Amino acid sequence: MTERPSPPWVDLSIHTGLVRHILVDFIRTEITRAGFQRAVVGVSGGVDSALVCFLTAEALGPENVLALRMPYRTSSPESLEHAQLVIEKTGVQSRTVDITPMVDAYLERYAPDADQVRRGNVMARTRMIVLYDHSAAFRGLVVGTGNKTEILLGYTTLYGDAAYAINPIGDLYKTQVWQLAEAVGVPQVIVNKAPSADLWVGQTDEGELGFSYRLADQILYRLVDERYTPEEVVALGFPPEVVQAIVERVRRNHYKRIMPPIAKLSHRTVGYDFLYLRDWGTG
Amino acid sequence: MPFTIALVQFQTRLGDVQVNLERHLEWIRRAREQGADLVVFPELSLTGYLVQDLVPTVARRPRPDDPAFGPLLQASKGVDLVVGFVEEDRRSRFFNSAAYLSQGQVVHVHRKVYLPTYGMFDEGRFFAWGDQVSAFDTRFGRFGMLICEDFWHVSPPYLLWLDGADVMLFPTASPGRGIVPAAAQLGVARWVENVVQAYAGLFTVFTAFANRVGFEDGIHFWGGSALYGPDGTLLVQAPYHQTHLVLHEVDLHALHRIRARLPLLRDERTSLFQRELARILEQRGLPKAPGL
Repeated sequence: MTERPSPPWVDLSIHTGLVRHILVDFIRTEITRAGFQRAVVGVSGGVDSALVCFLTAEALGPENVLALRMPYRTSSPESLEHAQLVIEKTGVQSRTVDITPMVDAYLERYAPDADQVRRGNVMARTRMIVLYDHSAAFRGLVVGTGNKTEILLGYTTLYGDAAYAINPIGDLYKTQVWQLAEAVGVPQVIVNKAPSADLWVGQTDEGELGFSYRLADQILYRLVDERYTPEEVVALGFPPEVVQAIVERVRRNHYKRIMPPIAKLSHRTVGYDFLYLRDWGTG
Repeated sequence: MPFTIALVQFQTRLGDVQVNLERHLEWIRRAREQGADLVVFPELSLTGYLVQDLVPTVARRPRPDDPAFGPLLQASKGVDLVVGFVEEDRRSRFFNSAAYLSQGQVVHVHRKVYLPTYGMFDEGRFFAWGDQVSAFDTRFGRFGMLICEDFWHVSPPYLLWLDGADVMLFPTASPGRGIVPAAAQLGVARWVENVVQAYAGLFTVFTAFANRVGFEDGIHFWGGSALYGPDGTLLVQAPYHQTHLVLHEVDLHALHRIRARLPLLRDERTSLFQRELARILEQRGLPKAPGL
């Protein structure tokens, strides 16, 4: 067996002051131009939603942000505590909505045999319902918390955590989220813990994906940002099985990143040749 | 005669010419108060940048009877103006254009000749390609205008130089991008500043870019509008990411001093260039293979 060279590691560090400024400006501008002053954020206790909560509080003022904690009965108590830490540190408004009765009412009656993944998706979509209902009640837009790594890998529930009005961190890799989170003051205990969707007991992202985020970010950066071919990435020394798994995940989950296709019949069809920005007429 | 140039970096309302016109008039008023003789607005300043299917509805003809150009031409009686707009020609082709207005007249219109249509850009889908690069005389001196991607190519500034432009104005809507490697300055900002500064030094002219700020959906414009002198030094720069008006005096007599020391224009061998360009195009044809 030939030994592979150890792959050259790209420094994905960012200038946190610059990125923070752009993202806070983005949240403020895009929410106010849509006619809103407030935002709703689902705060899980993880680093992504913690970072978004900090940025949104900075953009709109903590009194204009509603953080929702939405535990299920199997959720880790630690997640709830960490979410509370974020709420206390940012000073945002908060509410805890236990989704257990909603989720179990459905699962017990209609899907008692559902596997972990189906159950996890029901939880993620139930949280979406709660977020969007509070969006209307609080008159605030839902701010998304998906990062570039999970969006590219499709490690997300369509119409669940992937549903939001705007997303400030969707162009930051997980590695960069950790760096920015630390810089804006997210508590170390949240930045340093193993990432988990916490949809079932003992779940970790990296365990489920089969590779670490730091490795995935290195490979994704080469493939996506630098436009390397998978073969070139392998030739650099990255594990072929991980490169292949990532390439396949990115392709297979592309449907989660685009609007669903509409069958074209007329000369002008939404999605193909009816092209306007969301910000049309505002600003 | 020295004159004062003002660069405006502001946020437009996407697709609303009337509101953007009012913002122009307000910035013009402020710039005049501060002593501006020329006010330069960014690319597509009357419409916003990502106009897409709004192009035909926001298109204008730069004439006194146009509801937007009427007031702008009126304002140009007090101060010269560069405004960006979607231009519709007599045969309803739509251009990404910039107009130089002075003393109530349209002095010059530049139609963007390089429409970026790659990556995040889709201008070639919505606009017709301009087909001319020419300098023009103003009450201050001989100027040239290029729009954003035009100056990412070396030939348009070079042509303006040969055509006599001593001041090059670059209205711009440059989307911010490039956060790796980490720097306080975005990758794209570093590139644009390097290029615009290089032209000032290479051609011993004044160069200025006026860049947008604000967001259109998730895309932001980074500002940083700047003026460089004919020895390539930065004369003034607006901050990044903030609405701002920056002013600076331009003394064209500086050309006298710089070009006495550094006679790049005197020594430019245009007929050698023409001969070699003709030979290259004759022998190799238009670019078809990498490496031309």
